[in-house]
This record gives sequence, structure tokens and C-alpha cells, in this order.
Amino acid sequence: MAIGETIRNSQIWKSIFRHPMPLDRRNRIVVMLTNFFLHLHPVSIKKQGIALSFTWCMGGVTFFLFLVETVTGVLLMFYYRPTLEWAYNDILALRDVTSLGILRELHRWGAHAMVITTWLHMYRVFLTGSYKPPREFNWVIGVILLLLTLLLSFTGYLLPWDQLAIWAITVGSNMARATPILGYEGPGQQLLTVGGIDMITDGSDARFGLLGARFVGEETLNRFYVLHCIAIPLAVALLLAIHFWRVRKDGGISGPL
Amino acid sequence: MHSNGLFLKDVAGFLGSYYTALAVMNGVAGYLLWKRSKEPTQALVWTVFAGVMMILASLALSGSPGLVPALPAWLRGLVNQLSGPVLYTLGTTALLTVLFVFRRFFVKPMVAWTILNAMLLLMGLSMADENFASIVMKPDNVPIVGLVFLLAFFTWVATKQAVVNDDRIAQGLPPMEKLDDEKVLVWPDLVYTELICMIAVSAFLLAWAIFLPAPLEEPASSVKTPNPSKAPWYFLGLQEMLVYFDPWYAGVVLPSLVIFGLMAMPYLDFNKKGNGYYSIAERKFSYLTFQFGFLELWITLIILGTFLRGPNWNFFGPFEYWSPYKVEVLNNVDLPQMFWVNLLDRPLPRAPQGASTLTQVGTILLREAPGLVLLGAYLLILPPLLAVTVFRGFFARMGFIRYMIMANLMLLMLSLPLKMVLRWTMNLKYLVSIPEFSLNF
Repeated sequence: MAIGETIRNSQIWKSIFRHPMPLDRRNRIVVMLTNFFLHLHPVSIKKQGIALSFTWCMGGVTFFLFLVETVTGVLLMFYYRPTLEWAYNDILALRDVTSLGILRELHRWGAHAMVITTWLHMYRVFLTGSYKPPREFNWVIGVILLLLTLLLSFTGYLLPWDQLAIWAITVGSNMARATPILGYEGPGQQLLTVGGIDMITDGSDARFGLLGARFVGEETLNRFYVLHCIAIPLAVALLLAIHFWRVRKDGGISGPL
Repeated sequence: MHSNGLFLKDVAGFLGSYYTALAVMNGVAGYLLWKRSKEPTQALVWTVFAGVMMILASLALSGSPGLVPALPAWLRGLVNQLSGPVLYTLGTTALLTVLFVFRRFFVKPMVAWTILNAMLLLMGLSMADENFASIVMKPDNVPIVGLVFLLAFFTWVATKQAVVNDDRIAQGLPPMEKLDDEKVLVWPDLVYTELICMIAVSAFLLAWAIFLPAPLEEPASSVKTPNPSKAPWYFLGLQEMLVYFDPWYAGVVLPSLVIFGLMAMPYLDFNKKGNGYYSIAERKFSYLTFQFGFLELWITLIILGTFLRGPNWNFFGPFEYWSPYKVEVLNNVDLPQMFWVNLLDRPLPRAPQGASTLTQVGTILLREAPGLVLLGAYLLILPPLLAVTVFRGFFARMGFIRYMIMANLMLLMLSLPLKMVLRWTMNLKYLVSIPEFSLNF
């Protein structure tokens, strides 16, 4: 007890935490205002709004899973090289050689769970009518986040470079071939011609843009790797920030008006 | 398939712990019903049920495969024979309808508990079937099993509160959520909930990661196509739609419309009621539309695509072996064929060799006239017609543009079940089939 007291009264502790322990009402309020991580929250909140049967916690769980994915993802990047030569072998080594052999499991199951919790979060938001004014635009951001979550999962699906991976991506990306006008098997692709030369071929259509090649190959692996590890997470991080900020600005956690 | 005894030995350990978990779960329920709820009859029922589960557990763990509790072979055969895309779709629709109409009955905790136990028991008995287990226990399919139970649970939680609120609103009382206007400090009330949540999710994820290895198949090979080739599970509803539509519509246009429709939702739903609390009666139209789109068209199609579609995307019953040699007769016909050849007994209109572009396009339009007229009527005439009849009130309150977007999104969503019905009843392949422009609908 005394040791804890000494630590909490030390100069180092006090320089890190700008507030005393939140043990009394005053400090419980102060802590929410002066702590960087906590200031995302309001000071007080509707009791009913945080009732488990009402809110299900799925938005928070989704965010937590995003953090889990970020941490495990960075650790996986230490071991994984996105080339045809190494991708599959690195995954094998992750399972058989690396200590903490469940890193990939955590990442994969976390990703599946994140898709599910995103759906459940949106389901709750719909069922409580929480997308209604003034939260319309935050719902729209949420829909974009849903799309990005699916794309994150989809791009990550390719990286193990096994049969499951490339064929799932092949089946999924074959759709892009049929994009109206912009896919070379899509309706109306004949319309884009210049001087009788087809502009939309299997080497220039929407699917080619997605895969970086005519079929799922090394270029695709590299492209999906960059999308999965850098581009989409950055977009998600930005939209998450806006999503949370808007929750506060649009009247806080949902509840009857 | 052939080494059933061996398989049962493998699965017996899992089933043993599964039934034990069921027994514990119901034992605790029985205890709580007796001590807390003072319901001795209910307590007795669930304690006896727990005992039965314990017997099943010991049978599974007995070491002799013949004793592992399973559904009788004739029943599994019957289910396989009866099941098909038509019965599956109609069955799930009927089930969801019954659950919705009699929601007052189904939200009762004891009814829900009975259904949960029935589902879990059926699942356990089915697991003793090798074909069922091999699909359900595929590592990447496990999340979907979880999703089914989670969705059932959360739908129940939401409906239960909605039923209470709807009753209160009918009596002129405010919804439950409004009763308690008290505010609490975020520290400790919310911060601690979040912490506990994080710990629980971490523990759950760790357990999942330890007990279920992530799948890793053979190294990728662009020449060895697996059969079936499936997209990741969350896209299997879209893949299932490929049965009824061409990729440009099922794989590109409809998914884009789903995203667009979701984004448009808050701007189309002009109903100010039901904001911030569970209610069904106050927003029946938006509720039913959403649930039809989400539960019926998204979730059940994912389940169908994952568990019941095997090699060559053929339908397989839940206990059926996924034979790549199963043949299904494909005798689907395009509408122009039905109209010109079968009905009018004439050949399909065809432009003469070397005809001008205009004549060729004209001939295509003539050939496809029946489908184009139907489609035109569906997308152009039906919305205004609905605006002056069924949706008269909507039209008045939404204005022209908002109404037209809502009506068209609605009709495009319904194009999927309508095409399904046309396929099942008339073997219709395409309403409009213009291979010249890769445009089939």
C-alpha cells in the first residue's frame, strides 16, 4: 500500500498522468478530460445507453478487434515476405518454427470475428433506429467502414498463398471482369473504342486494375499486400476517428430523444 | 464416407465435451430456476434434460462408435432427399415469417431456451454424421456456425425489448429506454465495462486460436482448380446469386446497390419514430424491408452457399456426400425462346447476313421485346403505379426523387427472389439475353 502511494506521488508518475487516481467524484471527472485515451469519452453518460441488453458492445468490440489485428498484423509482417518464392513457406514456418505459433490464428480468427461484430453492430444500430437524424452521416461512414472491413478481410485472404487463398480471390475478383462497360466481359464493353481499337481488354479492364495482372499472380500478391497492410488500414483509421468524433458530436451514445 | 466407425471415434471426444457442456448449462439453468425464479416445475424439466445430456455424453465417450448418439440414417436420408434450393428458400422464409408473426410467443425466455437447446441438440446429433461434420468443422466455416447462433441470440434480445416497448407505446407509455434518464460517470461505469469486454474478447480469441488451427492447404497452383471454388464466406451470398443472374448484375451491380441502399437508408426513412429504442410496431415497413434484405437475402444465402453448395455449385443436403459426379439437369430456357419459339411457334427474329447496324440492333430489340417490355413495366411503370396505390402515403411525404430511389431500390432487391421463383416455376434462364453485348438479365 505504502509502495503504491510512493509510486503515485513520485515525480515520474505525476509527469505521466496529469491527474490523481480517479477515486473520488472530482477526479473521476478530471480523468476523462485530461487523459488522452479517455478523452474520447464524455464525462458522464446515459445509464440506459450503456446497458448491455441495449448496446451489445459490438462497436467497441469491433474497434478492439481492429487493434488486435493491427498488433498481430505488424508481428506477422516481421515473418512474412509477399513473394511467390516465400509467401507460402513463411506461413508454414509461422506454424511450425516460430514461437508463439498461434499468431496467424489470432489474426485470422480476429478478422472473421471483426466481420461478424461489424454486422452485429450495424444490426443493433438499425434495430434501435439510431441511424436516424442527427446520425445519418455517421451511418454512412459506418457503411464505408463495413466495406473497408470486408476489403481488408478479402485482401488478407490471399496472403497465405495456398489453394484456398488464390481460388477464393480468383472467384471473388472474376466478378470485376463483368463490370458494365469497364470489364472486358461486361455488358457494353464494346462501347469504349477509339478508332476501332477496343479500349477494354483483359489487359486493361477493371479486373486487371484490381489484380495488376490477367490472373491472380505475383503482381496481385504484392498489390493485395500493400492494400492490406497500408492503404486500407490507413483509410480505416481515418474514418474510425471521424466515426468516433461524430458519435460525440451527434449527441453521444444512442438513446431515445 | 466408408470408414464411419473411425470417424465416429474421432468425433466422439468432441461430442462428449459438447454434451457435457449442454448438461452443465442446463444444470445451472435448473438451479437458477429453482433458487432464483422459484419455478420448481421448470427447474425439474431442465435438470432432467441436463441428466439426459449427461447420458448422451457418456454414450459418446463410451468408446464404442455404435453408441455415439446420432440421427437415424433413414431420417438423414429423408432430409437429404427433401432438401433443395426451393424448399430451403421457402422454408427459411416461412420460418422467419412464423418467428416474426408469433414474436410475442417466441420472446418468452423459456420458449427461447427450449429452441436454443433443440438447436444445440440437433447440431450435436448431426455432428455424428461424417458429411455434416466435414463441412461444418472446416476451420473457415466455424465463424458462420457462430454467426448463426449469435444472430439468433441478438435478434431475440432485440425483439424481446421491442415487444415490451410496443406494448407500452400502445398504452401511451414511453419506451423502457426512456424510463431511466439517470446519467452515470464514465469512470468507472463505462471504462470498466470496456476493460472487462476487452479481457473477455481476448480470452475468447486466444481459446479459439489455440483450439482451432488456421487452415493452410497445398501451395497455390493456378492450374489445379478446386471443385467447388468458393469466395470467402462473407461473399457466398453473392456467389449464390450467380445461379440466378449473370456476374455483371449479381457480382457488380447488386453489391453496389446494397452499399448504396444502406447509405441511402437514413435519407429515405422519413419516419421520425423509433429513434434510439427498440421498436417494431412504430417502424414496421423499414423493419421488415431490412430484415428481409439482411436475414433472408444476405444471411440465409451465405448459409446456403457455405454449407449446402458442393462441387459444381450443385445443391447437397446437409448429410449428403459432396460427390463431384452428381449431375443436375440444366434445362433452363431464355424468355425470347419461350415467347417466339414455344408460344408463337416461329423462329427467333434474326437479321439477314450483312445487314446494317441499325437493322441488327432493331432485330435484337424485336427479339428481346417480351423481356424488355416486362422489365420496362417493372422498373418504369410499377413505381408510379405503386405511388398512387400502396405507397400513396409514402409518395406524398417523400417527394418524387426520394420516392423513386426508394421504389427502385426496393424493386431491384426484389428482383432476386422474383428471378428465383421464375427459375423454379418456369425454368427461366434470362428475361433478356443479348449475347451480342454480353447483356443478360
